[in-house]
Amino acid sequence: MSEEILEKKIKNKKEVESVTVRFAGDSGDGMQITGSQFTDTTAIFGNDLGTLPDFPAEIRAPIGTTYGVSGFQLQFSSKDIFTPGDEADVLIAMNPAALKVNIRDLKKGGTIIVNIDSFEKKNLELAGYEGTPLEDNSLDGYYVYKVHITKSTLEILKDLPLGTKTANKCKNFYALGLMYWLFDRPMEITLNWIKEKFAKSPDLVEANTRALHAGYNFGETAEMFGERYEVKPAEHFTQGLYRNIMGNEALSIGLICASYNTGLKMFLGSYPITPASDILHNLSKHKKYGIITFQAEDEIAAITSAIGAAFSGAIGVTTTSGPGMALKTEAMGLAVMTELPLVIIDIQRGGPSTGLPTKTEQADLLQAIYGRNGECPIPVIAACTPSDCFDIAYEAVRIAIKYMTPVIVLSDGYLANGSEPWLVKKYEDLPKIEVNFRTEVEGFAPYLRDENLARPWVKPGTPGLEHRIGGLEKQNITGNVNYEPENHELMVNLRAQKVKNIENDIPLLKIEGEQSGKLLVLGWGSTYGSITAAMENQKAKGNKVSHAHLRYLNPMPKNTEEVLKSFDKVLIPEMNMGQLSKIIRSEFLIDAIGLNKVKGSPFKAKEIEEKIEEILHGGK
Amino acid sequence: MTTDITDKIIYTAKDFASDQDIRWCPGCGDYSILAQVQRTLPSLGITKEKLVFIAGIGCSSRFPYYMDTYGFHTIHGRATAVASGVKIANPDLSVWITAGDGDLMSIGGNHFMHLLRRNLDVNLLMFNNRIYGLTKGQYSPTSERNKITKSSPVGSPEYPFNPTNLALGANGTFIARSMDRDPKHLQEMITRTAKHHGTSFLEILQNCNIYNDGAFFLYTEKETKEDNVVYLQHGKPLVYGKNKDKGIKLDGFHPVMVDLNDGVHSVNDLLIHDESSRELAFILSSFVDHAHLPMPVGVFLDIARDSYEETIAKQFEQVYEKGGKGDINDLLKGRSTWEIK
Repeated sequence: MSEEILEKKIKNKKEVESVTVRFAGDSGDGMQITGSQFTDTTAIFGNDLGTLPDFPAEIRAPIGTTYGVSGFQLQFSSKDIFTPGDEADVLIAMNPAALKVNIRDLKKGGTIIVNIDSFEKKNLELAGYEGTPLEDNSLDGYYVYKVHITKSTLEILKDLPLGTKTANKCKNFYALGLMYWLFDRPMEITLNWIKEKFAKSPDLVEANTRALHAGYNFGETAEMFGERYEVKPAEHFTQGLYRNIMGNEALSIGLICASYNTGLKMFLGSYPITPASDILHNLSKHKKYGIITFQAEDEIAAITSAIGAAFSGAIGVTTTSGPGMALKTEAMGLAVMTELPLVIIDIQRGGPSTGLPTKTEQADLLQAIYGRNGECPIPVIAACTPSDCFDIAYEAVRIAIKYMTPVIVLSDGYLANGSEPWLVKKYEDLPKIEVNFRTEVEGFAPYLRDENLARPWVKPGTPGLEHRIGGLEKQNITGNVNYEPENHELMVNLRAQKVKNIENDIPLLKIEGEQSGKLLVLGWGSTYGSITAAMENQKAKGNKVSHAHLRYLNPMPKNTEEVLKSFDKVLIPEMNMGQLSKIIRSEFLIDAIGLNKVKGSPFKAKEIEEKIEEILHGGK
Repeated sequence: MTTDITDKIIYTAKDFASDQDIRWCPGCGDYSILAQVQRTLPSLGITKEKLVFIAGIGCSSRFPYYMDTYGFHTIHGRATAVASGVKIANPDLSVWITAGDGDLMSIGGNHFMHLLRRNLDVNLLMFNNRIYGLTKGQYSPTSERNKITKSSPVGSPEYPFNPTNLALGANGTFIARSMDRDPKHLQEMITRTAKHHGTSFLEILQNCNIYNDGAFFLYTEKETKEDNVVYLQHGKPLVYGKNKDKGIKLDGFHPVMVDLNDGVHSVNDLLIHDESSRELAFILSSFVDHAHLPMPVGVFLDIARDSYEETIAKQFEQVYEKGGKGDINDLLKGRSTWEIK
């Protein structure tokens, strides 16, 4: 490379703090792979990041249609960030449908890179365009780059023994290579991934490697792009070893660590359902850690087999999403009545019914807390970031065993598939989860209670402790079937008190920002990132607003009421019609203000900020 | 069963009776089944603490409360699924499921089928009384068509399941039938059920003297039994009748009854029972309430196949052999990491 060119290249680099990129194409275009490769590279490069995959429920919707568009957005930054970005700075549209669907999420003045080869009559019609948006004025105000992604890919692969169909599938790596050039990323991580992924087919290794290089080189030589962008590694990270982690993966390894820590077998009973199936896949893959996965015939068998495993002395876990939660309801009652430890994980998605399988929502909160027959209290905890899924899973196992109770974990599609850098935990630093199986015969009764009101856990196979449990009301202490009115009321109260007591064993609710004042934003679950981003912006604007985030929803931290009442107003943003608001109103008689969104996508920080400003200044 | 055999402890039937009062209706067939199970267990050599009785909902599902073993009275239809988790989490246990025809074939039909095809090493006793007892007398999935019940005052419009046939269709490995009113045979069948490695399905014809009294009297009462029941015995011809003068032979695909005194047929013409033949089991299982053929009782099928939990154990062994047990910190690190200094 001549010095002159090198100099020009350096000159044309523009340093920016944060960038949001969205890859979009047909479901078969490999956009999820492209996005996750860009993510891995960016994570290892040292940026902070947040991701938002967005894909249709259909596996391969008809090519070229708007409903077949699959997208992957990520924000990366040299600063501390909390979301995948409100709007994209750069959109890569592999076809007209991808442009059509995603243009609304592109920043005004943003950059669009289109695969010009796919902008022909048929695809334009399928996307619902009359004419082409590249030639009318509809894209005025954007920087539009037309790149022959398909043609160039086919051209450089023409001497390889691949059919056109296969060669065509390499075009996402061409696009990725171009993005690596544009954002000055190293290609090694993806090159290594290609080698591993296609190890069995040297031609595919060669083809994808060539496509990646070709895309990169195109950026370098075409002089089409005025400048490259540089996002320097973030400096806020504390020292240590980092990895990138997705929510469902974090949940899975949290469960495995809990099993490892207790020395107990873990039994996952699960029926495949989006967006929870990846936990089943992850745990099945990690057999060497001794996890038993049982793909049940339905959601009911999934939970009831896990209850059976818990009765046997294993950690019973079941994973699902909203529709599956509904089916498991009766069995949850059995776990409450028999007071067995069980972890029920609900990766929420848009409802009701089948709803929006691949889109996110937080509308199962009331179902989780209240949705059962009878007085049926179950602790409910919710993860707030992808990496928090690890801690929440671990905590769920701790509570389940300590209190001999089912525990519901709420996550959602956004956390499940979203990712962020994570300071890798050392196993040695995890708190010990105590397990005490009863073996002493003297004085045993199945419904004796310890100081936490937990009954003894007995493994069948223990001599002298043979006993029966079941779904009929239990006599206090003996556990015999009993229908007496006083006993029933006593048992209802004991079960409620046991769950309530957990409030003494969890951290107090923390307030970010001023400890009292005009406005508190109260969140739960995956809104954490959007609320935190909104808070940062509000702070920069000089607006006084605080944030508290509930990870424990039943019971809530002991100081919840005190925290809420330290503020004049409480705003609750939720991806539902106001379910936490309802609970806060009924529990604490606080006139909470709801900010509710049910569009299958997370809040934009901007949306929360607008509401905050409306409350603080009447909309200004 | 894979359960340890002990010769140190000698039990009697009484050792398996819990301290709970039995709340079945007087005269119910369930009493006999409970008694035969309690009488058979001592001979099986399984220590008491390894026995787990699991049930769903229904009259027969109260069974675990009456056994002084580990027990779990679960929810309607799900005993088989709960039992699956119990057994997979601890394959050393001797797991027994008691279920009624409504519990197992109706609300729990799905789990029933999947248990059989997975072939977990558990014992499944179905108390078939062809009626819903606990909910006070509605027709069940094994009730005969046109049956008049509380929920079918002009007759049930539904055709019944044939339980043994259904179990065969679900790829079961042990399928048998016995009757509450034949204690000796029932004990023998319970023993066979326990000994089989894999899911053992035993259908027990059980009289509900309140809502479906006499449903099986043709097969259980002295006057009619011998002419209407054929006892299946491995390697033996299918002979039955008061005077052992009737037999069953195959006419093409059709089983037919023949008279051994007709001067035409002899015992050499008859079907020989073979417990290892799935095809024969299909034929035999089709004689239920047949106009011209007797009700078979005994073991229809007993074949060996790896149990689910054995397969799982083998998979774990293979994984450990290949790469050893996992290092937990490697799991936490994942595939790629970077260091911030």
